[in-house]
Amino acid sequence: MGPHRSNHTAQLVPRLKHFLFCIGVMGVLFRRNAIIMLMCIEIMLNAVNLLLVSFSAYSGNSDGQVFVFFIMVVAAAEVAVGLALMMSIYRNIGSTDIDVLNKLKW
Amino acid sequence: MNVLTYTCCLGLFCLVAEILNLRKILVPVIIAGLAAIFFVNVLEWAQTAPIIIGGMDMSRMMRVDHFSIAFSGLSIFTAALIFALSSDFYKDEPHHLSDYLAILLFVLSGTLVLFSFWNLVMLFLGIEIVSISLYIMAGSRRFDIRSNEAGFKYFLMGSFASGVLLFGIALIYGASGSFELDKIAAYVSAGAVSPMFLIGTMLMTMALLFKVAAVPFHFWSPDVYEGSPSLVTATMATLVKVAFFAAFYRLMVNGLIGVHDYTGDILMIVAAATMIIGNLIALTQDNFKRLLAYSGISHAGYMLLAILSLQTNSSSALLFYGTAYVLATIGAFAVAIPVFSAMKYESISAFNGLGKKNPLMAAMLTMSMLSLAGIPPLAGFLGKYYIFSEAIKNGYIWLTVVAVVASIIGVYYYFKVILAMYTKDADDVVVKPTPLYLIVMILCVVLSLVLGIYPGVFTQLI
Repeated sequence: MGPHRSNHTAQLVPRLKHFLFCIGVMGVLFRRNAIIMLMCIEIMLNAVNLLLVSFSAYSGNSDGQVFVFFIMVVAAAEVAVGLALMMSIYRNIGSTDIDVLNKLKW
Repeated sequence: MNVLTYTCCLGLFCLVAEILNLRKILVPVIIAGLAAIFFVNVLEWAQTAPIIIGGMDMSRMMRVDHFSIAFSGLSIFTAALIFALSSDFYKDEPHHLSDYLAILLFVLSGTLVLFSFWNLVMLFLGIEIVSISLYIMAGSRRFDIRSNEAGFKYFLMGSFASGVLLFGIALIYGASGSFELDKIAAYVSAGAVSPMFLIGTMLMTMALLFKVAAVPFHFWSPDVYEGSPSLVTATMATLVKVAFFAAFYRLMVNGLIGVHDYTGDILMIVAAATMIIGNLIALTQDNFKRLLAYSGISHAGYMLLAILSLQTNSSSALLFYGTAYVLATIGAFAVAIPVFSAMKYESISAFNGLGKKNPLMAAMLTMSMLSLAGIPPLAGFLGKYYIFSEAIKNGYIWLTVVAVVASIIGVYYYFKVILAMYTKDADDVVVKPTPLYLIVMILCVVLSLVLGIYPGVFTQLI
């Protein structure tokens, strides 16, 4: 790691993470199954984690790597709450398809 | 900082009180505790020294200044009002009371983090503490499918926005090499801002607009407000909305003021769209909670004017507007919750004939609606006046014209509620609020009047 890495790799690595983030965004926007949407949000967060770690390694300061731990902890809490909400929906309507959730409309 | 510690301790006390079987005294203890915390908060005003814990300077993470103390005071006061309403609201499910109260206290602690953050890590943590607690609260009626739906929609939209926020933070870090607001500001003022930084700024702005429910990122808010239990809706509409706005303002003023040329144009269009669309869609609503959701969206548009007016110190205007909005909205909910629980439904027609059935409540709701509409001599009018004059000082003339027109449109739907109370026939359902609800609604209206007549206490605060 560090400044000796070639310029080509330095360009490529962030782009891969942008691509990963876009996969997550597309998943949330176009999939209708709640569990898959949850996984796509996790992909987004992990893309950010990778991005932070690589920025941190290139710039030689460790702040970004510490931030990653915070993101991991928060993501775990978020998933716990999300799965609990999904469980109570599944108990009430027997499905995790979000198109069934249409009680609230103008 | 002490304020934050004590609030968290109070939240933990709530969880322990469940074990010790102290449910009966929980609400009075919390309100007394919040009064003490408010007092500690006021004491910090005179002396805002850097926070040093164990020899480490914490002011790189959080910085307590007059801005954060003023907004913390507002936040603690709002929370105390919500707690005063909560003991009767949760009387059907006493086993969960301490859980709900503890989660509400953690929402409060999250907002305190948002007011005093100096590092983007703390901004992220504050937003997540508030949001995750609210996902639970929104879905807290477990057997009500509408509450489930509200909680889950809020969760999906909110965590999506958090992902976008984090991506923005990562890009800003990559460009400027720091998470701290003053170092980011120094990077911007040194010139040569990279495109990566601008994209990061845009993503962060987008995520925060999402959190404050500004058009075009507002679509989750009416659904979530309608489906959540009414008291949770009141929390989201007051405490949390003002907290996100204060955090937004703090970020813009202390970190990103140098790129205001880029963000300003977008925020200007968003503010105009929010005011117009929020008010126009509110005209067609029948459900009172949805009406307040759209009213909240349009108020978000007015508050965005304060975030645009960075050349002058518009934080006092934002604080005053936030206070007026909080008082009016809590006053409205303090009337609406007993009415809804008596009538069993939540549309505007639930208020039919309230003027004959219970003149005091009808009068209080009328005053709250007038304050939201911005009619003098209530605080809502002066709040709008301060925000608009800051916008004019900063040269946003046409935007202020749009804001004035939008707030005139808004008067119509606030009067729809007032007309239902005084001109429609009453049915024979008795609406009888408990004394705490009466105290809260009267306190809110009296404070609105006092602030509307003697605004001097607030206007020069920060």
